[in-house]
Amino acid sequence: MTDKCHPGINLGIRHGEAHQHAEKVMFGFWVFLMSDLVLFGVIFATYVTTVTPMGIAGGPGPADVFDLKSVFIQTMLLLTSSLTFGIATLMLRHEKGIRNIVLWLCVTLGLGLGFLTLELRDFATMFASGAVPSRSGFLSAFFALVPLHGLHVAAGAIWIVVMLAQVAIFGLIPMVKTRLLRLALFWHFLDVIWIAIFSIVYLGGLA
Amino acid sequence: MTALLDWGWPLGVFTLEQLPFVRAYNNPTTSELIGAGAASLVVLGGLAVLVILTWFGWWRPLWRNWLTSTDHKRIGIMYIVLSLVMLSRGVIEGALMRTQQATGLNSGFLTPDHFSQLFSTHGTIMIFFVAMPFVAGLINYVMPLQIGARDMSFPVMNQISLGLTAVGAVLVMISLVLGQFSTGGWTAYPPYTGKVFSPGVGPDYWIWSVAIAGIGSTLTGINFAVTIYKERAPGMHLFRMPLFTWTALCAAILLIFALPPLTVSTLMLALDRYLGFHFFTNDLGGNLMNYANLFWLFGHPEVYLLVLPAFGVFSEVIATYSGKRLYGYASLVYATMAISVLSFTVWLHHFFTMGQGANVNIAFGIATMVIAIPTGVKVYDWMATMFRGRIRFSVPMVYATGFLILFVIGGLSGVILANPTIDYQVHNSVFLVAHFHNVLIPGVLYGMLAGYHYWFPKAFGFRLSEGWGYVTATLWIFGFAFTFFPLYVAGLLGMPRRSVSFSDPSFQPLMLIAVFGAVLIMGALAALVVQLFVSIRNRKVLAVPLGDPWNGRTLEWATSSPPPEYNFAIIPTVTSRDMFALDKARGTAFEASQNYKDIVLPKNTAIGMIVSIGGTGLGLALVWQIWWLALVCVTGMLIALIGDTFRKDVHRVIPAADVAREHKEWLKKIADAKPVNRLEEATPHNTGFAAQEDAQ
Amino acid sequence: MMGHDTELRRELRRYLIGFALALILTVVPFALVAWGALSFGTALSVIGISAILQGVVQLRFFLDIDLSTQKREDLHLILFTVLLLSIMAAGTIWIMASLANRMIA
Repeated sequence: MTDKCHPGINLGIRHGEAHQHAEKVMFGFWVFLMSDLVLFGVIFATYVTTVTPMGIAGGPGPADVFDLKSVFIQTMLLLTSSLTFGIATLMLRHEKGIRNIVLWLCVTLGLGLGFLTLELRDFATMFASGAVPSRSGFLSAFFALVPLHGLHVAAGAIWIVVMLAQVAIFGLIPMVKTRLLRLALFWHFLDVIWIAIFSIVYLGGLA
Repeated sequence: MTALLDWGWPLGVFTLEQLPFVRAYNNPTTSELIGAGAASLVVLGGLAVLVILTWFGWWRPLWRNWLTSTDHKRIGIMYIVLSLVMLSRGVIEGALMRTQQATGLNSGFLTPDHFSQLFSTHGTIMIFFVAMPFVAGLINYVMPLQIGARDMSFPVMNQISLGLTAVGAVLVMISLVLGQFSTGGWTAYPPYTGKVFSPGVGPDYWIWSVAIAGIGSTLTGINFAVTIYKERAPGMHLFRMPLFTWTALCAAILLIFALPPLTVSTLMLALDRYLGFHFFTNDLGGNLMNYANLFWLFGHPEVYLLVLPAFGVFSEVIATYSGKRLYGYASLVYATMAISVLSFTVWLHHFFTMGQGANVNIAFGIATMVIAIPTGVKVYDWMATMFRGRIRFSVPMVYATGFLILFVIGGLSGVILANPTIDYQVHNSVFLVAHFHNVLIPGVLYGMLAGYHYWFPKAFGFRLSEGWGYVTATLWIFGFAFTFFPLYVAGLLGMPRRSVSFSDPSFQPLMLIAVFGAVLIMGALAALVVQLFVSIRNRKVLAVPLGDPWNGRTLEWATSSPPPEYNFAIIPTVTSRDMFALDKARGTAFEASQNYKDIVLPKNTAIGMIVSIGGTGLGLALVWQIWWLALVCVTGMLIALIGDTFRKDVHRVIPAADVAREHKEWLKKIADAKPVNRLEEATPHNTGFAAQEDAQ
Repeated sequence: MMGHDTELRRELRRYLIGFALALILTVVPFALVAWGALSFGTALSVIGISAILQGVVQLRFFLDIDLSTQKREDLHLILFTVLLLSIMAAGTIWIMASLANRMIA
């Protein structure tokens, strides 16, 4: 057995059973994420085909509805949350105690919720100005793609809460450790998807 | 949007007029009476199952041994049971359509609406609820045994996948009794299936049954792939895996990457229908052509994910019954991989006529033709395996022979269709119907039935009746030929597909031949049932408990029949391809071990059933817009799934002493048994211990 | 436990370097778009290149995936996914663009 038994951050040999068990669950989770990536990719492709005069159908276009400043703040929040989750993973890997892990998880959760709040505020603004999904093909694709990512972030946030409960109830047993590892992977994945969203949807739409 | 806020009537948009009985009472035409008859069959069949379960007191064993089991073998069997039940409905619907078209010269007895429902449910059922579960079930059963594993990587998720697949099938069955199914074909092209042209609940049934089952299939794919990557017995490199496992791996990869486009396209259609989005509508920037594009991004890899495991079955069957090593193993593996990747590059050939430029069509046409090359390699490999082998013409070999001849014809008609200019002529004609039935029936169905016959003794400890097996296989082969070869001709004469009636009398003789074929296929279905019934009755005579009735070559035959729940007392060590054949030749196949170990297996769990019931409730709630029920089901499933992660005590242990005792009992029976000569394998002498005559 | 802490510090540094690089690769395209200084085509290529680079940076520095690990399954999986995704996305855009052109013309 080596110190690295699956893609991504490993717990390391000194975690014994948890590290061994991680090999198969982490690989499985990677495969799931790749499937999810294809799901996003197909929606991205659809979105790109609707940012045309036909898709916009005389309704508001990207320049009319996107708020670059808000998107920039959302990007910063999510990027920072990726870093803070990374630090939580390191605390787990180097056995720096439950307190440190919980602290960094809570910071990540706060950043994630901040991201969701801003995103929902943007959607509310768009709705108020009449940019609703039933207005055009372009807005339909937008409201399928971006909120789907938001839904993933919300699921990640719920997952963090569940893991906080499991850490409190069970302590850092192998089962909890490998779940935290998968959650970390999920959270980094969300940030990678967001890179594509801000580049293709927002920056591409406003350039 | 108003419907969304309408919480008033607790049953959503459901009314009594949605019941086929009420419709038939109000309007007693042949069409409505057939509909009511089918609905009564579903209701009576359901009641009969309930009565039988109660009468024999089978509820508890059903719950304990099957519905809550996480054993890959039991899950596999349940998949195949589901598939066979749905197969009988699909075949009856097919026969009904053939009858309609045989009488369809300017008339017929079905209304166009009813006919449209028939071809929509027939296609949806045959692809999603016959072929997919059959393939998933066979892989589930066989693959872990072939790689020397104790179970799948994620046994509980396996159970959930089965549950979700069952939800889809149940929704399609319910649509016979409550409301009506879609009339938009199995592909459900908008804008016809959009709210404007199909305001009823039909397309919603299609959307939710396919979307929910599709999520189950994605999880299945992940499970297969991880199992094959991580659970192989020591020494089993990728290039020592049996070919069926290779095809299972490729099918898993296709499931993982091809299902997302289906999920996306169905959910986008749902957003259009429920929330007024404009993905595929005619107005406000919707683009129906993107639906065809997305759907076939899934649809084409889908047919390969069905047919590759069938290729795997034939590879095993032909090698075993020829008494030879598989010829060209490496080329078969590379061909399988090539087909998997190429299958993602050809989806446009399903809509050559949609209007894109000639360059696009040509690129995809060439890619389509290229797939014929690896497939051809496979056909030659199978024939070379038989060459100079000692062939036993067993039932699976009958299927294999039928497959080789008929599938090549089907494949060649595919190469013809791959040429865009020819496709323009025969697009949407019954030529196409003949083509895809010609690859799906001899390819997928014969493969699955051959696998069913081949591995049935492994699963249940007794063989299937050979006599009825020959009858079944012959009827399938001739039934297919009579039903679908005339459609090639009718298609070339210009008969459009999916038409309830026609006015050109030259089609009629062809339709009459086709309905004769449909009768044969109904006979094949009946023979399949009779075979099962006869075999169960004669199970004492047909028993092969020692586990190796066909002188098999791969690891699944190296354990008793049926195998113990932990599969192998000792995980085998692999040093070569066809490991069991090698062990038998060296005389080391049946040896006791010095160190048996405790075996850890997952405990039973009800989570799969909870998800299944919740999923069915959710599907019905969405179809009938019963929002309170949808909310209850989603919350219930979420709580159950999250709650399940708080279970800590999920394993049980089988003590080493029990394992040792069972293993030694089996070895003793083998030591006492008289080996059976291959020519006698279809006689009562066969107890599952094959004689070693010549080892190749 | 000294060895432990050096390792932790080294890994923490890796995260911080990754974060800094990601920050740069985010701020640059945002700034270019906010100023609107570049032509559409140039801006699009800068955005695209930054996005791809940032994806690689996140994989390398946050997820510890590189070219040198003994186990290559991870990399193979990601590359295979990217291959299929490119086929699907590029194919979709190609087909839909062809259809759109022919409808207008």
